[in-house]
Amino acid sequence: MYPIEHVEALNAEVTRMRVRAPEIARKIKPGQFIMLRIDETGERIPLTMNDCDPEAGTVTIVFQAVGATTMRLARMKAGDALLDFAGPLGNPTELEGARRACVVGGGLGTAIAYPQAKWLHEHGCEVDVITGFRTKDLIILEDEIRQCSARQIIMTDDGSNGNKGVVTAPLQQRIEEGADYDLVLAVGPVVMMKFVAATTKPHGIRTLVSMNPLMIDGTGMCGGCRVKVGDAYLHACVDGPDFDGHLVDFDDAMRRGVMYRSFESAAREVAAGRVASEGRDCGVAAAGVPAALAAGERKGA
Amino acid sequence: MARTQYEVNRQKEKTPMPELDPVERAKTFDEVALGYSAEEAVAEARRCIQCPNAPCVQGCPVGVPIPKFVAQVAEGDFARAYALVKSANALPAICGRVCPQETQCEGMCTRGKSGEPVGIGRLERFVSDWAFEHPEEAAEVLRLSRAELGLDDGGDAEADSADVAAAGAGGGAAGAAAADTARDAGAPAGASLADKRVAVVGSGPASLTCAGELAKRGCGVTVFEALHKVGGVLTYGIPEFRLPKDLVAREVAKLGESGVEFQTNALVGKLYDIDELMEERGFDAVFVGTGAGLPGYLGIEGEGLNGVMVASELLTRVNLMKAYLFPEYETPVYAGKHCVVVGGGNVAMDAARTARRLGAEVTVVYRRGREEMPARAEEIHHAEQEGIEFKLLTNPVRILGDENGWVSGVECVRMELGEPDASGRRRPVAVAGSEFVIDVDMLVVAVGSKTNPLIAQTTPGLEVTPRNLIVADERTCATSKPGVFAGGDAVIGAATVILAMGAGKRAAAGIAAYLAGE
Repeated sequence: MYPIEHVEALNAEVTRMRVRAPEIARKIKPGQFIMLRIDETGERIPLTMNDCDPEAGTVTIVFQAVGATTMRLARMKAGDALLDFAGPLGNPTELEGARRACVVGGGLGTAIAYPQAKWLHEHGCEVDVITGFRTKDLIILEDEIRQCSARQIIMTDDGSNGNKGVVTAPLQQRIEEGADYDLVLAVGPVVMMKFVAATTKPHGIRTLVSMNPLMIDGTGMCGGCRVKVGDAYLHACVDGPDFDGHLVDFDDAMRRGVMYRSFESAAREVAAGRVASEGRDCGVAAAGVPAALAAGERKGA
Repeated sequence: MARTQYEVNRQKEKTPMPELDPVERAKTFDEVALGYSAEEAVAEARRCIQCPNAPCVQGCPVGVPIPKFVAQVAEGDFARAYALVKSANALPAICGRVCPQETQCEGMCTRGKSGEPVGIGRLERFVSDWAFEHPEEAAEVLRLSRAELGLDDGGDAEADSADVAAAGAGGGAAGAAAADTARDAGAPAGASLADKRVAVVGSGPASLTCAGELAKRGCGVTVFEALHKVGGVLTYGIPEFRLPKDLVAREVAKLGESGVEFQTNALVGKLYDIDELMEERGFDAVFVGTGAGLPGYLGIEGEGLNGVMVASELLTRVNLMKAYLFPEYETPVYAGKHCVVVGGGNVAMDAARTARRLGAEVTVVYRRGREEMPARAEEIHHAEQEGIEFKLLTNPVRILGDENGWVSGVECVRMELGEPDASGRRRPVAVAGSEFVIDVDMLVVAVGSKTNPLIAQTTPGLEVTPRNLIVADERTCATSKPGVFAGGDAVIGAATVILAMGAGKRAAAGIAAYLAGE
């Protein structure tokens, strides 16, 4: 069992949770993820590391309650424990050598972009962080990011923080101003990462995107997490989760991402009797059942 | 026949084993084959004529003393029969269910030359299940020594082991089996391993066997499993209706009782690497039994469409995550109405029968003929009984999708068999102009698997082939890195449970010799 040490709501939808996992805490690096299972009947879900403390033996995860499992996870408290917590999985983000970087986070992706910005900042890189949210009440990690960035630009879809627009607008502007980035990192909804990559491509700036496809085992076995990169399908769990944003086929990823959508929405309704707000999907297909496989029918089979 | 204490049953066919009705069972995940009753087991055992050269044993990768145990079944001493099986096979309840007996023990059986061979696998299953139902009698009989079981009647078997093993080094299963028999660890042999600790990486059949054999010799063993459940392919791969997971858990629990420790959620190569296990965590040796975990693909257009998956995704969702018990278990599984499964091996049969149970009409597409299918005969038979259609000599060339990116069909081409290829099987050749389309809303790719490169990438000094297979000595399972041993699919590529177990057993002997020599 992996005890939960601290739980905190970052906004109405996003929760930060610190979990005791000393061996993983010693090893995990920015960009890597863990897979957790709440209990015996639960799903395995992948969550990218938000922070870790090797001395204290803890790993911090941030998630948005969008699926049945994340909704259940959000109701857990300090003192509860997770049955399974495996990691570190995937490859660390290749951050070495960057001098001037722009880290772009969309919604929950901000929580995953944060440790990367922090690592770059601590290693002498000048870091700009651009984040985007639907509205100002959903802004997360503003203080933490301020401490590890040269500039922090926060955009909102509705302009409620006085800065209306999408993340690619300030990115484009900074590039045109001569920011001279040698690395752009994008973590967020697939469509956001697609447009970040499209923005940087004409300038030839190395651009990494953190893909977050459906995943079951997380160790290279099931092939569920394949992402089309160039002409090949690669496994996000063992070849990623970061890929060259100029090679990823984002449209293919968006299409694959909805394969279990009917299950997900059904499960959400079962889990909470309400439909959670949209946002970055926390990865694995949530439990659920499409109409064609109605629960009663299958259970009786 | 004077060789037997019992009257030989002259029946040409095997005693039938009760099975669930094919129509009913195709809707459930309950185990299909129900196993023999005591009377049926005795009747089947009495079909064995106890031929003195025992070709069946030569066909067994772990060298089970088959005629001896079958004779005990024939005479109704099931406890002693169990002890005899268990002396050579750590996981008999599993092997009795999943071994390809027709190409191993039963393939060599003298009775099979005229009629059906003795149902050795069914008998192995019977005595193992009997032992589970009679734990006290089983525990008592396991205390008997090899001599008391009549196993060491040929002189000093241990002394001959090196010669036998050397002779077997190039000879595949039979030679290895002889070596296993000779060095069987019914009683601890050689120096005590009580102060030694071995790390076993992966928890599939090779690893479980290796761990069990080492524990028998008093060695401290810790098994590291990346997933949350122990068992490897026995847990995530082989379906419940063929190998009940309770039974796997039972075998694992027995290993736990014998002192083997299990650490789940521990992906070696990420959480620790092999050097750390040996240098920082104090393990004296490491066995790598990480299997063939990476899926193979067709490499044709349309493989990324929604509704297309590799067999291991379907099987992992259903077996490991119990998606068939949804919504009680929270992991979902997509199932279409018309499914094509591509492949002709056991995994393809498992995937086809799983999709069938999820409600799909299933067609298996395989590029060679029935004779060339690598699946166990019983699995093909069961699949046919359950209404699965086979389109043999047929190869997919393109997967078609609808406007939403979901699979809608698979274009196939007819094949004919040409000259034999490197595998000895006749090479399938496409028939020009024979293309046709099968309409599907689900397609499962089951065309083999490859080795996960993680251990190779994170273990300096470990020699691997260009396909990431670990190079290991066939007799001792020693790798190029001192103290590191490997066996099973990680070494030979995707094969069978029993071959992996044979390797686990040889590795345990190799590790014991290495540790004793330190």
